[in-house]
Amino acid sequence: MEEAYGILNDGGENAVIGGGAWIRMLPRELDAAVDISGLGLGTIKKEDGRYEIGSMVTLRQVEMFKPFSELFNGIISKSAGAIMGVSIRNIATAGGSVAGRFGFSDLIPALLALDTSLFFHARGGISLEDYMESKDVGKDILTKITIKDHEGRGWFHTMKNTSLDFAVLNAAVSNSDGRCRIIVGARPYKAVPAYDAMKFMDECGGKTPAAIREAASIAAGELKFGGNQRGSREYRIELCKTLVERGLSEVFL
Amino acid sequence: MKVRFLVNGEKKTFEVKPDEYLLDTLRNNNYKSVRRGCETSSCGICTVLMDGMPVASCSLLTAKAEGRHITTVEGIQEDAELLAGFFGREGADQCGYCNPSIALACYAMKRELKDPTDEEIKAYLVGNLCRCSGYSGQHRAIRAYLEVK
Repeated sequence: MEEAYGILNDGGENAVIGGGAWIRMLPRELDAAVDISGLGLGTIKKEDGRYEIGSMVTLRQVEMFKPFSELFNGIISKSAGAIMGVSIRNIATAGGSVAGRFGFSDLIPALLALDTSLFFHARGGISLEDYMESKDVGKDILTKITIKDHEGRGWFHTMKNTSLDFAVLNAAVSNSDGRCRIIVGARPYKAVPAYDAMKFMDECGGKTPAAIREAASIAAGELKFGGNQRGSREYRIELCKTLVERGLSEVFL
Repeated sequence: MKVRFLVNGEKKTFEVKPDEYLLDTLRNNNYKSVRRGCETSSCGICTVLMDGMPVASCSLLTAKAEGRHITTVEGIQEDAELLAGFFGREGADQCGYCNPSIALACYAMKRELKDPTDEEIKAYLVGNLCRCSGYSGQHRAIRAYLEVK
Protein backbone atom coordinates (compact mmCIF):
# COMPACT_ATOMS: atom_id res chain seq x y z
CA MET A 1 0.00 0.00 0.00
CA GLU A 2 2.81 2.44 0.88
CA GLU A 3 4.54 1.67 -2.39
CA ALA A 4 1.32 2.23 -4.34
CA TYR A 5 0.67 5.51 -2.51
CA GLY A 6 4.25 6.61 -3.18
CA ILE A 7 3.98 5.96 -6.91
CA LEU A 8 0.61 7.69 -7.06
CA ASN A 9 2.10 10.84 -5.55
CA ASP A 10 5.49 10.95 -7.26
CA GLY A 11 4.51 13.98 -9.31
CA GLY A 12 3.64 12.18 -12.53
CA GLU A 13 0.33 11.81 -14.30
CA ASN A 14 -0.43 8.70 -12.26
CA ALA A 15 -3.72 7.12 -11.19
CA VAL A 16 -5.14 4.11 -9.41
CA ILE A 17 -6.92 2.17 -12.14
CA GLY A 18 -9.46 0.17 -10.12
CA GLY A 19 -10.77 -2.58 -12.36
CA GLY A 20 -9.46 -0.72 -15.39
CA ALA A 21 -12.64 -1.27 -17.39
CA TRP A 22 -13.03 2.34 -18.47
CA ILE A 23 -9.42 3.41 -18.31
CA ARG A 24 -9.10 3.31 -22.10
CA MET A 25 -11.90 5.88 -22.36
CA LEU A 26 -9.96 8.44 -20.30
CA PRO A 27 -9.19 11.58 -22.28
CA ARG A 28 -5.59 11.58 -21.01
CA GLU A 29 -2.48 9.44 -20.93
CA LEU A 30 -1.10 8.06 -17.70
CA ASP A 31 2.58 7.87 -16.80
CA ALA A 32 1.89 5.14 -14.27
CA ALA A 33 -1.22 3.04 -13.77
CA VAL A 34 -1.32 1.82 -10.19
CA ASP A 35 -3.00 -1.59 -9.78
CA ILE A 36 -3.97 -2.43 -6.20
CA SER A 37 -5.42 -5.88 -7.02
CA GLY A 38 -2.85 -7.63 -4.83
CA LEU A 39 -3.62 -5.76 -1.61
CA GLY A 40 -6.43 -7.95 -0.29
CA LEU A 41 -9.19 -5.42 -0.93
CA GLY A 42 -11.48 -7.80 -2.80
CA THR A 43 -13.90 -9.00 -0.12
CA ILE A 44 -17.14 -7.88 1.57
CA LYS A 45 -17.55 -8.52 5.28
CA LYS A 46 -19.57 -7.25 8.23
CA GLU A 47 -17.88 -5.69 11.24
CA ASP A 48 -19.31 -3.68 14.15
CA GLY A 49 -22.71 -3.32 12.52
CA ARG A 50 -21.38 -2.09 9.18
CA TYR A 51 -20.84 -3.83 5.87
CA GLU A 52 -17.31 -3.28 4.60
CA ILE A 53 -16.82 -3.42 0.85
CA GLY A 54 -13.14 -3.61 -0.13
CA SER A 55 -12.44 -1.06 -2.85
CA MET A 56 -11.42 -3.78 -5.32
CA VAL A 57 -14.66 -5.71 -4.90
CA THR A 58 -16.28 -5.99 -8.32
CA LEU A 59 -19.72 -4.60 -9.09
CA ARG A 60 -20.84 -8.18 -9.68
CA GLN A 61 -19.74 -9.17 -6.17
CA VAL A 62 -21.72 -6.24 -4.76
CA GLU A 63 -24.77 -7.23 -6.81
CA MET A 64 -24.63 -10.88 -5.70
CA PHE A 65 -23.79 -10.31 -1.99
CA LYS A 66 -26.86 -11.82 -0.34
CA PRO A 67 -27.41 -9.32 2.51
CA PHE A 68 -27.45 -6.44 0.00
CA SER A 69 -30.45 -7.97 -1.75
CA GLU A 70 -32.42 -7.32 1.44
CA LEU A 71 -30.87 -4.16 2.90
CA PHE A 72 -33.31 -1.28 2.24
CA ASN A 73 -35.28 -3.36 -0.28
CA GLY A 74 -32.11 -4.28 -2.12
CA ILE A 75 -31.18 -0.85 -3.49
CA ILE A 76 -27.44 -1.63 -3.42
CA SER A 77 -27.90 -4.86 -5.42
CA LYS A 78 -30.29 -3.16 -7.83
CA SER A 79 -28.03 -0.20 -8.50
CA ALA A 80 -24.89 -2.32 -8.99
CA GLY A 81 -26.82 -4.79 -11.16
CA ALA A 82 -28.08 -2.01 -13.44
CA ILE A 83 -24.58 -1.24 -14.72
CA MET A 84 -23.71 -2.60 -18.19
CA GLY A 85 -23.52 -6.41 -18.50
CA VAL A 86 -22.13 -9.17 -16.27
CA SER A 87 -18.87 -9.28 -18.24
CA ILE A 88 -18.15 -5.65 -17.32
CA ARG A 89 -19.46 -5.94 -13.76
CA ASN A 90 -16.93 -8.75 -13.27
CA ILE A 91 -14.17 -6.21 -14.05
CA ALA A 92 -15.34 -2.81 -12.80
CA THR A 93 -14.89 -2.22 -9.08
CA ALA A 94 -16.99 -0.58 -6.38
CA GLY A 95 -14.00 1.58 -5.42
CA GLY A 96 -13.42 2.76 -8.97
CA SER A 97 -17.09 3.64 -9.35
CA VAL A 98 -17.19 5.67 -6.15
CA ALA A 99 -13.75 7.30 -6.04
CA GLY A 100 -14.21 8.84 -9.48
CA ARG A 101 -17.43 10.63 -8.37
CA PHE A 102 -18.80 10.08 -11.86
CA GLY A 103 -22.04 11.87 -12.64
CA PHE A 104 -23.31 8.81 -14.52
CA SER A 105 -22.78 6.45 -11.57
CA ASP A 106 -25.76 4.25 -10.66
CA LEU A 107 -24.09 2.97 -7.50
CA ILE A 108 -23.39 6.34 -5.84
CA PRO A 109 -27.05 7.44 -5.46
CA ALA A 110 -27.97 4.18 -3.71
CA LEU A 111 -24.98 4.46 -1.39
CA LEU A 112 -25.80 8.11 -0.64
CA ALA A 113 -29.33 7.11 0.34
CA LEU A 114 -27.82 4.99 3.13
CA ASP A 115 -25.32 5.74 5.91
CA THR A 116 -22.14 5.25 3.84
CA SER A 117 -18.54 6.13 4.64
CA LEU A 118 -15.28 5.85 2.74
CA PHE A 119 -11.83 5.03 4.09
CA PHE A 120 -8.71 6.27 2.37
CA HIS A 121 -5.15 5.21 2.99
CA ALA A 122 -3.85 8.68 3.90
CA ARG A 123 -6.82 10.85 4.83
CA GLY A 124 -8.72 8.16 6.77
CA GLY A 125 -12.50 8.08 7.05
CA ILE A 126 -15.02 10.48 5.52
CA SER A 127 -18.73 10.23 4.89
CA LEU A 128 -19.61 9.64 1.24
CA GLU A 129 -21.74 12.79 1.34
CA ASP A 130 -18.77 14.94 2.46
CA TYR A 131 -16.51 13.26 -0.10
CA MET A 132 -18.94 14.03 -2.90
CA GLU A 133 -18.96 17.69 -1.86
CA SER A 134 -15.19 18.02 -1.31
CA LYS A 135 -13.56 20.58 -3.56
CA ASP A 136 -10.18 18.85 -3.79
CA VAL A 137 -9.97 15.14 -3.03
CA GLY A 138 -6.24 14.88 -3.78
CA LYS A 139 -4.47 11.69 -4.78
CA ASP A 140 -5.28 9.03 -2.27
CA ILE A 141 -6.16 5.34 -2.32
CA LEU A 142 -9.68 4.29 -1.36
CA THR A 143 -9.43 1.11 0.68
CA LYS A 144 -13.05 0.40 1.66
CA ILE A 145 -16.64 1.57 1.56
CA THR A 146 -18.70 0.93 4.67
CA ILE A 147 -22.50 0.88 4.98
CA LYS A 148 -24.38 0.86 8.27
CA ASP A 149 -26.63 -2.18 8.61
CA HIS A 150 -29.95 -0.84 9.83
CA GLU A 151 -33.64 -1.17 9.17
CA GLY A 152 -35.49 0.87 6.64
CA ARG A 153 -37.19 0.96 3.30
CA GLY A 154 -35.43 1.91 0.10
CA TRP A 155 -36.16 2.49 -3.58
CA PHE A 156 -33.84 2.92 -6.55
CA HIS A 157 -34.52 3.46 -10.21
CA THR A 158 -32.26 4.27 -13.12
CA MET A 159 -33.88 5.65 -16.25
CA LYS A 160 -31.97 4.56 -19.36
CA ASN A 161 -32.55 4.84 -23.09
CA THR A 162 -31.03 1.36 -23.46
CA SER A 163 -29.81 -1.01 -20.77
CA LEU A 164 -26.17 -0.55 -21.85
CA ASP A 165 -26.24 3.23 -21.80
CA PHE A 166 -25.56 5.63 -18.96
CA ALA A 167 -28.63 6.84 -17.11
CA VAL A 168 -30.68 9.80 -18.28
CA LEU A 169 -31.45 10.23 -14.59
CA ASN A 170 -31.37 8.01 -11.54
CA ALA A 171 -32.82 8.36 -8.06
CA ALA A 172 -32.58 6.62 -4.72
CA VAL A 173 -34.93 7.20 -1.80
CA SER A 174 -34.81 5.78 1.71
CA ASN A 175 -36.88 5.92 4.86
CA SER A 176 -35.33 4.93 8.15
CA ASP A 177 -37.52 5.57 11.22
CA GLY A 178 -39.38 8.31 9.36
CA ARG A 179 -36.15 10.08 8.33
CA CYS A 180 -36.04 10.53 4.62
CA ARG A 181 -33.17 10.60 2.11
CA ILE A 182 -33.73 11.66 -1.50
CA ILE A 183 -30.78 11.39 -3.90
CA VAL A 184 -30.83 12.30 -7.58
CA GLY A 185 -27.95 11.47 -9.92
CA ALA A 186 -26.99 11.59 -13.60
CA ARG A 187 -28.54 15.07 -13.75
CA PRO A 188 -26.09 14.67 -15.68
CA TYR A 189 -24.02 16.09 -12.84
CA LYS A 190 -22.94 14.02 -9.86
CA ALA A 191 -25.50 12.64 -7.44
CA VAL A 192 -26.59 14.94 -4.59
CA PRO A 193 -29.19 14.88 -1.81
CA ALA A 194 -32.27 17.04 -2.33
CA TYR A 195 -31.97 18.71 1.09
CA ASP A 196 -35.03 20.95 0.90
CA ALA A 197 -37.27 18.09 -0.19
CA MET A 198 -35.83 15.86 2.55
CA LYS A 199 -36.48 18.59 5.16
CA PHE A 200 -40.03 19.02 3.89
CA MET A 201 -40.70 15.30 4.21
CA ASP A 202 -39.17 15.12 7.69
CA GLU A 203 -41.25 18.05 8.92
CA CYS A 204 -44.57 17.47 7.20
CA GLY A 205 -47.16 15.82 9.42
CA GLY A 206 -48.79 13.16 7.29
CA LYS A 207 -46.87 11.43 4.56
CA THR A 208 -49.82 11.75 2.20
CA PRO A 209 -49.77 11.44 -1.60
CA ALA A 210 -50.19 15.23 -1.78
CA ALA A 211 -47.22 15.83 0.53
CA ILE A 212 -45.13 13.39 -1.50
CA ARG A 213 -46.04 15.16 -4.73
CA GLU A 214 -45.05 18.47 -3.15
CA ALA A 215 -41.70 17.03 -2.01
CA ALA A 216 -40.99 15.72 -5.51
CA SER A 217 -41.71 19.17 -6.91
CA ILE A 218 -39.38 20.77 -4.34
CA ALA A 219 -36.61 18.31 -5.31
CA ALA A 220 -37.01 19.15 -9.00
CA GLY A 221 -36.88 22.85 -8.17
CA GLU A 222 -33.86 22.87 -5.86
CA LEU A 223 -31.49 20.68 -7.92
CA LYS A 224 -29.49 21.75 -10.93
CA PHE A 225 -30.08 19.83 -14.16
CA GLY A 226 -28.46 19.99 -17.54
CA GLY A 227 -29.02 18.65 -21.04
CA ASN A 228 -26.86 16.30 -23.09
CA GLN A 229 -27.30 13.70 -25.86
CA ARG A 230 -29.32 11.45 -23.50
CA GLY A 231 -31.96 13.98 -22.53
CA SER A 232 -32.71 17.67 -22.22
CA ARG A 233 -32.67 19.67 -19.00
CA GLU A 234 -36.46 20.01 -19.18
CA TYR A 235 -36.93 16.26 -19.64
CA ARG A 236 -34.71 15.57 -16.63
CA ILE A 237 -36.72 17.97 -14.46
CA GLU A 238 -39.93 16.12 -15.34
CA LEU A 239 -38.25 12.75 -14.77
CA CYS A 240 -37.00 13.92 -11.40
CA LYS A 241 -40.54 14.78 -10.26
CA THR A 242 -41.84 11.38 -11.38
CA LEU A 243 -39.00 9.29 -9.97
CA VAL A 244 -38.91 11.05 -6.61
CA GLU A 245 -42.70 10.80 -6.26
CA ARG A 246 -42.59 7.07 -7.05
CA GLY A 247 -39.70 6.51 -4.67
CA LEU A 248 -41.30 8.38 -1.77
CA SER A 249 -44.58 6.56 -2.37
CA GLU A 250 -42.77 3.22 -2.20
CA VAL A 251 -40.96 3.96 1.05
CA PHE A 252 -43.72 5.86 2.91
CA LEU A 253 -47.13 4.66 1.71
CA MET B 1 6.36 -6.73 -19.34
CA LYS B 2 5.90 -10.48 -18.87
CA VAL B 3 2.49 -11.80 -17.83
CA ARG B 4 1.84 -15.42 -16.96
CA PHE B 5 -1.55 -17.08 -16.89
CA LEU B 6 -3.36 -20.23 -17.99
CA VAL B 7 -5.23 -20.33 -21.28
CA ASN B 8 -7.57 -23.32 -21.53
CA GLY B 9 -5.49 -25.07 -18.90
CA GLU B 10 -2.10 -24.47 -20.56
CA LYS B 11 0.53 -22.36 -18.82
CA LYS B 12 1.45 -19.42 -21.00
CA THR B 13 3.85 -16.49 -20.75
CA PHE B 14 3.18 -13.42 -22.85
CA GLU B 15 5.34 -10.38 -23.48
CA VAL B 16 2.89 -7.47 -23.48
CA LYS B 17 2.79 -3.69 -23.32
CA PRO B 18 1.62 -2.31 -19.95
CA ASP B 19 -1.47 -0.79 -21.57
CA GLU B 20 -2.33 -3.86 -23.62
CA TYR B 21 -5.78 -5.38 -23.31
CA LEU B 22 -6.43 -9.10 -23.08
CA LEU B 23 -8.34 -9.08 -26.38
CA ASP B 24 -5.19 -7.96 -28.22
CA THR B 25 -2.90 -10.34 -26.35
CA LEU B 26 -5.11 -13.32 -27.16
CA ARG B 27 -5.66 -12.40 -30.79
CA ASN B 28 -1.96 -11.57 -31.29
CA ASN B 29 -1.24 -15.11 -30.10
CA ASN B 30 -3.68 -16.76 -32.49
CA TYR B 31 -6.65 -17.23 -30.19
CA LYS B 32 -8.80 -16.01 -33.06
CA SER B 33 -12.09 -17.28 -31.63
CA VAL B 34 -11.88 -14.24 -29.34
CA ARG B 35 -13.40 -11.59 -31.55
CA ARG B 36 -13.13 -7.87 -31.76
CA GLY B 37 -16.35 -5.88 -31.60
CA CYS B 38 -17.08 -2.45 -30.21
CA GLU B 39 -14.00 -2.15 -27.94
CA THR B 40 -16.06 0.09 -25.67
CA SER B 41 -17.39 -2.56 -23.26
CA SER B 42 -20.80 -2.65 -24.89
CA CYS B 43 -21.23 -5.60 -27.26
CA GLY B 44 -19.90 -8.66 -25.42
CA ILE B 45 -18.33 -10.17 -28.55
CA CYS B 46 -14.87 -10.33 -26.92
CA THR B 47 -16.09 -12.26 -23.85
CA VAL B 48 -13.77 -14.86 -22.33
CA LEU B 49 -13.93 -16.49 -18.90
CA MET B 50 -11.55 -15.50 -16.13
CA ASP B 51 -11.60 -18.04 -13.32
CA GLY B 52 -14.93 -19.20 -14.74
CA MET B 53 -16.58 -15.76 -14.83
CA PRO B 54 -17.36 -13.86 -18.03
CA VAL B 55 -15.19 -10.80 -18.65
CA ALA B 56 -15.02 -8.45 -21.62
CA SER B 57 -11.47 -8.97 -22.86
CA CYS B 58 -11.50 -5.55 -24.59
CA SER B 59 -11.80 -3.95 -21.17
CA LEU B 60 -9.45 -6.10 -19.10
CA LEU B 61 -5.81 -5.07 -19.04
CA THR B 62 -3.70 -8.15 -19.74
CA ALA B 63 -1.61 -7.43 -16.65
CA LYS B 64 -4.72 -8.07 -14.56
CA ALA B 65 -4.89 -11.66 -15.83
CA GLU B 66 -1.61 -12.53 -14.09
CA GLY B 67 -1.98 -15.92 -12.39
CA ARG B 68 -5.58 -16.36 -13.50
CA HIS B 69 -7.34 -19.03 -15.58
CA ILE B 70 -8.52 -17.73 -18.94
CA THR B 71 -10.95 -19.83 -20.98
CA THR B 72 -11.83 -19.31 -24.64
CA VAL B 73 -14.49 -21.27 -26.49
CA GLU B 74 -11.90 -23.94 -27.35
CA GLY B 75 -11.76 -24.69 -23.62
CA ILE B 76 -15.45 -25.60 -23.41
CA GLN B 77 -15.75 -27.70 -26.57
CA GLU B 78 -18.28 -30.19 -25.26
CA ASP B 79 -20.70 -27.53 -24.05
CA ALA B 80 -20.11 -25.37 -27.12
CA GLU B 81 -21.09 -28.26 -29.38
CA LEU B 82 -24.14 -29.01 -27.25
CA LEU B 83 -25.26 -25.38 -27.42
CA ALA B 84 -24.51 -25.21 -31.16
CA GLY B 85 -26.89 -28.14 -31.67
CA PHE B 86 -29.70 -26.27 -29.92
CA PHE B 87 -28.88 -23.11 -31.87
CA GLY B 88 -29.12 -25.10 -35.11
CA ARG B 89 -32.43 -26.70 -34.16
CA GLU B 90 -33.93 -23.31 -33.31
CA GLY B 91 -32.46 -21.54 -36.34
CA ALA B 92 -30.95 -19.18 -33.83
CA ASP B 93 -27.88 -17.91 -35.63
CA GLN B 94 -26.86 -16.60 -38.99
CA CYS B 95 -23.39 -15.10 -39.25
CA GLY B 96 -22.02 -16.81 -36.14
CA TYR B 97 -19.75 -13.92 -35.15
CA CYS B 98 -21.17 -13.73 -31.61
CA ASN B 99 -21.43 -17.50 -31.05
CA PRO B 100 -18.15 -18.04 -29.15
CA SER B 101 -18.92 -15.24 -26.71
CA ILE B 102 -22.56 -16.29 -26.23
CA ALA B 103 -21.43 -19.88 -25.65
CA LEU B 104 -18.97 -18.78 -22.98
CA ALA B 105 -21.54 -16.55 -21.27
CA CYS B 106 -24.12 -19.38 -21.28
CA TYR B 107 -21.55 -21.87 -19.97
CA ALA B 108 -20.77 -19.53 -17.07
CA MET B 109 -24.46 -18.81 -16.45
CA LYS B 110 -25.23 -22.54 -16.23
CA ARG B 111 -22.69 -22.87 -13.44
CA GLU B 112 -23.57 -19.64 -11.64
CA LEU B 113 -27.39 -19.61 -11.64
CA LYS B 114 -29.57 -22.44 -10.41
CA ASP B 115 -32.74 -22.95 -12.48
CA PRO B 116 -32.85 -19.35 -13.74
CA THR B 117 -36.13 -17.78 -14.83
CA ASP B 118 -36.48 -16.28 -18.31
CA GLU B 119 -35.96 -12.83 -16.78
CA GLU B 120 -32.79 -13.96 -14.99
CA ILE B 121 -31.45 -15.43 -18.24
CA LYS B 122 -32.10 -12.16 -20.05
CA ALA B 123 -30.55 -10.13 -17.24
CA TYR B 124 -27.43 -12.32 -17.25
CA LEU B 125 -27.01 -11.92 -20.99
CA VAL B 126 -27.43 -8.13 -21.10
CA GLY B 127 -24.50 -6.83 -23.10
CA ASN B 128 -24.18 -9.90 -25.36
CA LEU B 129 -25.38 -8.45 -28.63
CA CYS B 130 -26.40 -10.41 -31.72
CA ARG B 131 -27.22 -8.38 -34.81
CA CYS B 132 -28.81 -11.28 -36.75
CA SER B 133 -31.13 -13.26 -34.57
CA GLY B 134 -33.70 -11.09 -32.82
CA TYR B 135 -32.92 -13.17 -29.71
CA SER B 136 -36.12 -15.28 -29.55
CA GLY B 137 -34.55 -18.32 -31.20
CA GLN B 138 -31.40 -17.83 -29.15
CA HIS B 139 -33.44 -17.69 -25.98
CA ARG B 140 -35.22 -20.97 -26.76
CA ALA B 141 -31.89 -22.62 -27.58
CA ILE B 142 -30.26 -21.32 -24.40
CA ARG B 143 -33.24 -22.42 -22.30
CA ALA B 144 -32.91 -25.95 -23.79
CA TYR B 145 -29.15 -25.95 -23.13
CA LEU B 146 -29.66 -24.91 -19.50
CA GLU B 147 -32.16 -27.72 -19.00
CA VAL B 148 -29.57 -30.38 -19.90
CA LYS B 149 -28.27 -31.61 -16.55
